[in-house]
Amino acid sequence: MSEMEEIVGSPFLNKLSGPESRFEPLNSGNLRSDGRRPLELRSFEAELTTHPSADGSASVSHGLTQVTACVYGPREAKNRGLTMHDRALVNVEVSVAPWAGEMRRLRSRGDKRTLEFAASIKSTFEPVIQTTLYARSEIDIHIHVLQLDGGLLQASINATTLALVDAGVPMLDYVSSLSAGLYHTTAMLDLTSVEESDLPSVTVAVLPRSGKVTLVSMETRLHVDRFEEMFKLAMEGGKVLRGEMDRVVRERTAALARQMEGGVALKEDDKMDTDL
Amino acid sequence: MVEITIRKRPAEEELHAQRKFFRKTRRGRVIKVLRERYLRTDIGCGVAHCTLCSHLPAPDQQPALPRTGTPHAHFPAGHHLLPDTNAFLHQMDLFEHPDFAASVIVLQTVVEEVRHRSLPLWNRLKNLVRNGGEQGAEGAGGAWVFWNEFREETAVVREEGEGPNDLNDRAIRNAASWYNAHVASSFPARASVRAPTVVLLTDDAASLSLASKAQIPAMSVRAYVAGLPHAQDLGDVLAAYASTSRGEAEEGQGAGQSGRGRGGGRKALYDEYWPAGTVEAGVKSGRLFQGFFNPSQYNYLEGFVNSQALGRPILVIGRADLNRAVSGDIVAVELYPESQWKAPGDEVVDQEQTLANDDASGSEDEAAETERRVALRELRDARDTARRHPLERHPTGRVVGVVKRNWRAYVCHLDAASLASSARTAQAQQTVFATPVAANLPRIRLRTRQAPQLVGQKIVVSIDRWDVTSRYPEGHFVRALGKAESKEAEQESLLLEYEVPYRAFGRAILDCLPKEGEDWVVPPKEAGSVVWRDREDLRDTIICSIDPPGCQDIDDALHAFPLPNGNIQAGVHIADVSHFVLPENAMDSEAAARGTTVYLVDKRIDMLPSLLGTNLCSLRPFVERLAFSVIWELTPDAKIVNVRFTKSVIASKAAFTYKEAQTRKDDLKQKDPLTESIRLLNSLAQKLRAGRMAAGALNLASPEVRIQMESPESSDPIDVEQKELLETNSLVEEFMLLANISVAAKIQETFPQTAVLRRHMPPPASNFEMLQDVLMKRKSMSLDISSSGALAASLDKCVDSAEPSFNILVRIMATRCMRPAEYFCAGSVSRETFGHYGLASPIYTHFTSPIRRYADVLVHRQLAAAIDYTPLHASLHSRQHMERILNVVNRRHRMAQMASRASIEFYVALSLKGRAEREGGGVREKAFIIRAFRNGVAVFVSKLGLEGLVTFKREISFDPEVYSVKVPSPTGEQVALSVFDEVDVEISVEKDVNTQRGKVKMVLVHPIDSRSL
Repeated sequence: MSEMEEIVGSPFLNKLSGPESRFEPLNSGNLRSDGRRPLELRSFEAELTTHPSADGSASVSHGLTQVTACVYGPREAKNRGLTMHDRALVNVEVSVAPWAGEMRRLRSRGDKRTLEFAASIKSTFEPVIQTTLYARSEIDIHIHVLQLDGGLLQASINATTLALVDAGVPMLDYVSSLSAGLYHTTAMLDLTSVEESDLPSVTVAVLPRSGKVTLVSMETRLHVDRFEEMFKLAMEGGKVLRGEMDRVVRERTAALARQMEGGVALKEDDKMDTDL
Repeated sequence: MVEITIRKRPAEEELHAQRKFFRKTRRGRVIKVLRERYLRTDIGCGVAHCTLCSHLPAPDQQPALPRTGTPHAHFPAGHHLLPDTNAFLHQMDLFEHPDFAASVIVLQTVVEEVRHRSLPLWNRLKNLVRNGGEQGAEGAGGAWVFWNEFREETAVVREEGEGPNDLNDRAIRNAASWYNAHVASSFPARASVRAPTVVLLTDDAASLSLASKAQIPAMSVRAYVAGLPHAQDLGDVLAAYASTSRGEAEEGQGAGQSGRGRGGGRKALYDEYWPAGTVEAGVKSGRLFQGFFNPSQYNYLEGFVNSQALGRPILVIGRADLNRAVSGDIVAVELYPESQWKAPGDEVVDQEQTLANDDASGSEDEAAETERRVALRELRDARDTARRHPLERHPTGRVVGVVKRNWRAYVCHLDAASLASSARTAQAQQTVFATPVAANLPRIRLRTRQAPQLVGQKIVVSIDRWDVTSRYPEGHFVRALGKAESKEAEQESLLLEYEVPYRAFGRAILDCLPKEGEDWVVPPKEAGSVVWRDREDLRDTIICSIDPPGCQDIDDALHAFPLPNGNIQAGVHIADVSHFVLPENAMDSEAAARGTTVYLVDKRIDMLPSLLGTNLCSLRPFVERLAFSVIWELTPDAKIVNVRFTKSVIASKAAFTYKEAQTRKDDLKQKDPLTESIRLLNSLAQKLRAGRMAAGALNLASPEVRIQMESPESSDPIDVEQKELLETNSLVEEFMLLANISVAAKIQETFPQTAVLRRHMPPPASNFEMLQDVLMKRKSMSLDISSSGALAASLDKCVDSAEPSFNILVRIMATRCMRPAEYFCAGSVSRETFGHYGLASPIYTHFTSPIRRYADVLVHRQLAAAIDYTPLHASLHSRQHMERILNVVNRRHRMAQMASRASIEFYVALSLKGRAEREGGGVREKAFIIRAFRNGVAVFVSKLGLEGLVTFKREISFDPEVYSVKVPSPTGEQVALSVFDEVDVEISVEKDVNTQRGKVKMVLVHPIDSRSL
């Protein structure tokens, strides 16, 4: 359970949320503890092809949370026993850097919390990736958490989406994910780790075009009446994020196209690999 | 759909946007804390009609500062005031003064620092800002919180080697300089009106000089106040802090300012407090004990610290060991070895007598001499009082540190003797003593110019500090309440002393009331009506209410009629307050903060605006009212067949007083359905009561008296009488209990985590030790406290045929051994501890008085949700939130009880005075001795519900074994006075010459006249 507290922060365990807690998630000026308004997302930045050795890779940061995802495949399965004759196998591995969290610590590969986390990402993407196109092969997704400040699941999912796009794996749509929390009756989006430990929160992953939801993850308790509002806002926020991700992908593609056309017309500040 | 945006952060902002620091945990591990911050440009300056900020989004906040500022002698163009943290921490009374009318800018940096340093002051600051917002709208003063740390221009980043205090000071200066530029540029350059100045208010010398270097207008508090209108009055309110630099002021909190500051070379009278770190470590390791400090009621040189860790109160004796602890402080205590443990004193030591000739300015040799004499005497007193048989020894210790001061404003009288005789009339500033009304507080030394005018008035005084070199704490004058013994001053002082919020309801709160006001009526019944949805129509049911005479807030009504199957339907209808008071609006938060309506003898301080309390929610007869009904089917033996809960509309058919209902019931000629239903209810109530008593409910007594007024207008009490209890009182009570118990079971079942319940813990056996011992030794009676039933039975046996009121006395004393009942959240404690000891019910709550108790409002909401009438509001799902609310409500409830008791005491004293004047001389009453001391006895006058002390000046012999004193009578023989003896006392009200404080004085007249002793 201690991992749980550290990674996502559960209000059952957290000492901060007691009546003595002096943390004010939303002050009287309608500002959150980091100066955002309730419905503002943290600064979102994404970069494609950060690891040229992988088939596709992306690095995503939501505020101070930074996650890199690498996609290998579709390729021949290493473990023949697990291959499926009609579709591809999706493997997800998550590793958290020792320096990512508040305290320096090394996580073992068998860490329960990390495994659970990998499983939820896997089940998020399995229905979205068109696995039937790649029978008897496997797609490996490696996620590296570099820095943690809340919203780990959303950052991992968004990074994976972009890495898959970068790898050219066919998907039904972008999967964009966002966390939402509730303070009294005000819903807030994109929680930091302080907020996560103090507020009930939900993480939602949506396919923005169809409005389908592939993941809803909630580890805190919340009254069902309040859930709908939070849930809807998280979905709306997901659509905003999709626009942002789409823009990044288009820019990257445009740059690539320019390189292929002009060959030498490479702009100085486009520090990209031309060997793709 | 609302707009969702991504807050983009430019790369160059990276540095400003992050804060990184390392923190060491208690276990010695290092935690890296990394926080980011988004700087904005859309944070308003709060000045009305500011040309630069008018376009900014301000969610439900109107700019609160007047455009041209407020007047000040030094700033002809007007000014806005920007105080630093210490200004608020030390001089909050100045900002709260009604004559203080400057427009105040409160920086976020300051708010957070205040919150970090003192939560009560932070709450006052919040109130100040809230009221300031309302004021500003009307053109005067006003206050505005500026979120400087989120505004691009004013945010600061920590520099290398800069401490947190320096950083905050720099942030404050930065904001001040930005504000000046901002305000100036919002005025057109050639305009006829000049822009007001923004003045930085700080007492920190370093900050002042840095500000002047940066050309920021800055002033110290005293210099600033001197230039204000009403400077004379405001000057007195200033706290006694000298202009100190920041570091020093902080040190004063922890380690004390040894010999420095204004104490000069004076001798330290007290030990220094241990450093905060040492105290904390000591408490953690179990070497020190931490707890609230409670001074003894009878001896000002003695007190107890209730330590959770030790499980027993720790005795602290003597001025040096008490070490400047004030009632309510959380202190850390070091225990003495067991051989030095002592017993609580058995002597009455009165501060005023002991220290009568102390001098306030206290620096002359003469005063030092007095102090030495006093110290010697005190030492002897403390030692003597502790010499007692060893069985009753308590863990004894001394205060070594104060974890948290809980100083508040105290109502005081000025000690006329402490005024310099030469300056009795002069306007010169002089040092005087103020004696708090509450007896167990030290007197406070304060400096004022108004001393001569303040003599004979009730005044409010705050404590600022208490140095080791000073025998008394130092404070400052806050405001005057009015002439002592005038009813208004006494009333207000009561409210202040018990921290009862009594401000009039603000506009935001009144806006939550129905628009129709007095004319609001239940809308006609028709399909689709919101009010009528899921409401039962009980308008034709014969319902009546029974209340004390003159009751305006009728919150309960009853009905009963026989059913065809031989059973009886009975119903309790409670005003549907939750229909009007919606969760989380201004009215709701105010009611939650007030917690309860407070009843004083001549005034009621409402929890809800009176439109609701006495009209819309009052179940008056012949009008349709919304109600929440509990309806039972009972067998003729009062066994519950079933119960249901419903929102309803009722029209009461009559509002009786207890007496009227009783007469009507007893009049056998009356056969109308209303009377029949009262009879039916009464027969059921008797069976319910019998059942409850059989289950072991306690019948406890408290000295309840009623003040008889001559006429409602004059409000001069003429007599005091004990409350009369009629059958109908018990009728109403039984049905309310039944309703509460039924509702409690229902909400606990539906909301096992958050249900609001009330419990009464069984008292610990140790509470009864003394009473049992006295009863055994004096009367050979015993109390069986193994269960509430056993206690009830043994109380019934404590009867002395010669003294009929003896049984009541024992009940009163037993009541004092009980723990108070409390509200709690069902999920917070284990199921086994839900029980209500006094009522012998396994579960209980308060449902029946939502007009005057906030817990009932919460219960109403939960019950409405439990029957699927409305969904439960989100805040009522959070246990932590509920616990917070209930803590406040519990505290308010306790305070309200004490306030009304004190109010009754005041009127009892008034009526005694009147009686004494009419009858000539003192008032003679019968009294019981309830406690014996080495130099006196405590007596209780049951007829007046009054407790008093009779002290003997002459040496008497005291035998603690048998709780008795032997007093020599004039004829030479010894007269024994023992606990439970009945005596005659003469009661008079006497004014203290110096403080003008009225004091009830009792002397024995029978069996012995104590006046000669």
